Amino acid sequence: MRRVYLDHSATSPPLPEVVEAVRDALERFPGNPASLHGLGVEAEGLLERSREAVALSLGAEPSEVVFTSGGTEANNLAVFGAAWARQDPHVVVSAFEHSSVLEPARRLKESGVAVDFCPVDGEGFVRLDALEDLLRPNTALVSVVLVNNEVGTLQPVAEVARLLDRAQARWGRRPLLHTDAVQALGHVLFRVRDLGADLVTVSAHKLGGPKGVGALFVRRGVRLRPLVLGGDQERGLRAGTPNLPGIAGFAAAVRFWDREGDHLRDRLRQLSGRLRAGLQALGGLRWNTPSDVDRTAPHILNVSVPGLRGEVLVHRLEQEGVYASTGSACHSRRAHPSHVLLAMGRSKAEAVSAVRLSLGPETTEDDVDHAVAAFRAALEDLRFLVRS
Amino acid sequence: MERVVLVRYGEIGLKGANRPAFVAQLARNLQAALPCVRVENRFDHLLLRDAQQPWVLERLARTFGVVSSSPALEVAAELDAIEQAARALVAELAPQPGTTFRVETHRRDKSFPLTSPEVDRELGRRLQTHFPGLVARMKDPQVCVWVDIRQRAYVYTQVRPGPGGLPVGTGGRAVALLSGGIDSPVAIWMVAKRGVEVTPVHFHAPPFTSERAKEKVVRLVEVLSQWCGPMELWVVPFAHVQRAIRQQVEEPLWTVAMRRIMMRVAERVAERVGAAALVTGESLGQVASQTLEALAAIEAATRLPVLRPLVGMDKLEITALAQRIGTYEISVLPYEDCCTLFVPRRPRTRPTLEEAERAEVGLAVDSLVQEALAGAETVFPAAPARA
Repeated sequence: MRRVYLDHSATSPPLPEVVEAVRDALERFPGNPASLHGLGVEAEGLLERSREAVALSLGAEPSEVVFTSGGTEANNLAVFGAAWARQDPHVVVSAFEHSSVLEPARRLKESGVAVDFCPVDGEGFVRLDALEDLLRPNTALVSVVLVNNEVGTLQPVAEVARLLDRAQARWGRRPLLHTDAVQALGHVLFRVRDLGADLVTVSAHKLGGPKGVGALFVRRGVRLRPLVLGGDQERGLRAGTPNLPGIAGFAAAVRFWDREGDHLRDRLRQLSGRLRAGLQALGGLRWNTPSDVDRTAPHILNVSVPGLRGEVLVHRLEQEGVYASTGSACHSRRAHPSHVLLAMGRSKAEAVSAVRLSLGPETTEDDVDHAVAAFRAALEDLRFLVRS
Repeated sequence: MERVVLVRYGEIGLKGANRPAFVAQLARNLQAALPCVRVENRFDHLLLRDAQQPWVLERLARTFGVVSSSPALEVAAELDAIEQAARALVAELAPQPGTTFRVETHRRDKSFPLTSPEVDRELGRRLQTHFPGLVARMKDPQVCVWVDIRQRAYVYTQVRPGPGGLPVGTGGRAVALLSGGIDSPVAIWMVAKRGVEVTPVHFHAPPFTSERAKEKVVRLVEVLSQWCGPMELWVVPFAHVQRAIRQQVEEPLWTVAMRRIMMRVAERVAERVGAAALVTGESLGQVASQTLEALAAIEAATRLPVLRPLVGMDKLEITALAQRIGTYEISVLPYEDCCTLFVPRRPRTRPTLEEAERAEVGLAVDSLVQEALAGAETVFPAAPARA
């Protein structure tokens, strides 16, 4: 049976050159980058070349890239690290951030920090008016995801930055701006300076890199309190011997997207447009991803089939060889409705009926057509489940 | 001086003419669970040799038919040798000064020169000479040194309780419905404890249930196998039945119709594996389908007796037992199973048999059952193997 993997936002299959880079690092760079001897120097060289590659892709200086164990750790470091480094901090995060931002924010709130959750609108965009109202003289951190992981909407982070500039003009102090760009890296062209962000989270395995490695961009001059102690690696912001094979694989993945990105982004846009049109023709669906190409990532489509539980549709699609997910993979083992869709004002029934399809570099037109056919077969087959 | 383990059985000792068969089954079960151990069948207990590994005792605590077990030292039936063994065991306990103790001797070999009370006194005196801090106390001492004098002597300081019950394999075979929830694994454990070998049947309904729900059931069987011996899990496709019920049966009777077909499939599995009863995790009144009327309507679908070992238990008791068995943590994993989908909004809680039968008029029951059996797979989840 034909297998079509449309769950790249959960994780994307490693690119061949990533596998090669990881293998090469394991085989040829056995040293610890912190060791004094020659093997250490070679390993450090690979680490720093990898850092340069990631920095280049982000439009950052290499010294501004802190490698972590992934997006979750980078988000935790951004939220806790920024709040803990300041007196009496106030924190604002959008209501549909990834759990690795939301949960740290909730933990801060439990520990007595003032935290506000900024509402989002029904299309899946953070409400700038509400965000501006939430800002205070002591606001230390504002965190808004760049591409929402479930619905793929591209958030107006640069406009958030301008709100923060205005806050600075009013109160003489600019809150730090963090954006979780895990789903954006590669798929959306951005440079950290253009976003006006101070902290940017990225992860390797959403763009064909290895799992277990990510990075936090920390703009020069920004003070954070580290979470992981016990060594002065990563400028003291993240202790521990770095995951060199993972980092080398990460660098290979960003190099691939830097090289192929323009072409891939166009292709993903064209393929997701084809997928969307194909599904649209089936009828009876409710889109959670808006159709506006300028305000969405090119590779994520989220759709609800009212009355049908998302996981049943996911299992049925798998029987047709199509791999999708019900929301972010971190959540799909829980039978809870998606917090992202609830934040967007969807009903509980709609929020448990969502399916996310996410495309990647190896996706073809035939894959998309197969997915549409699978969807059609699944819907026909499962229609009897929809209770009147 | 050899380290051995004494294994005692209780209830099965009372079974008259069947006794040798029961003891032999217990010995076989232990041998199968512990391949590297040598099991010797003695007059009134089993003796394990080459059983030093720590998990041997864990395993004995999970083998039905075992009343208690004691790691012991086997020595010549001579007082000096017995003293050496007792000293070694007491030394392992590293008693603090003031620790109370006594010696309790059972002399099965009456040719031994001293009587049991004489051995108690003499050995107690010698131990106190060697461990001056020990204080003799007959009632509730902190340390008890037991001495069994037979052709050889056995000295031990621990009596570890076993689960009791009867050896699995002495009570015939039953087919059990295993859903993945908290109750059904406990029900299987309860009948296995009475010596019954169990063949679990799981109804798997992709795409309405996930692959993970099936994996969960496989893991449950792995844990149960540590108690009940190896079990062959039957995974029976059920989505076609649920579709048919959903389309042909009026909504309030979905559950009873589904359970009746499960009973029929289980009965057919029972015919194949030679089982004489069905087992379910049903308990009275827990959910709407578990009223007496519903149970009667469900049970009428099979001619086999339906055992419901949890019928008198409440949820807290079942949960506590599931935790002891080790299935609770797996059961509460949140993957949906076929009992949680296809639940009617307003179920008929007290269906009559007539209603249940009428509900099935539009269903091709025989062919649904046949299709389920034709697609059945069997899995042998391995209990974690250790020598």
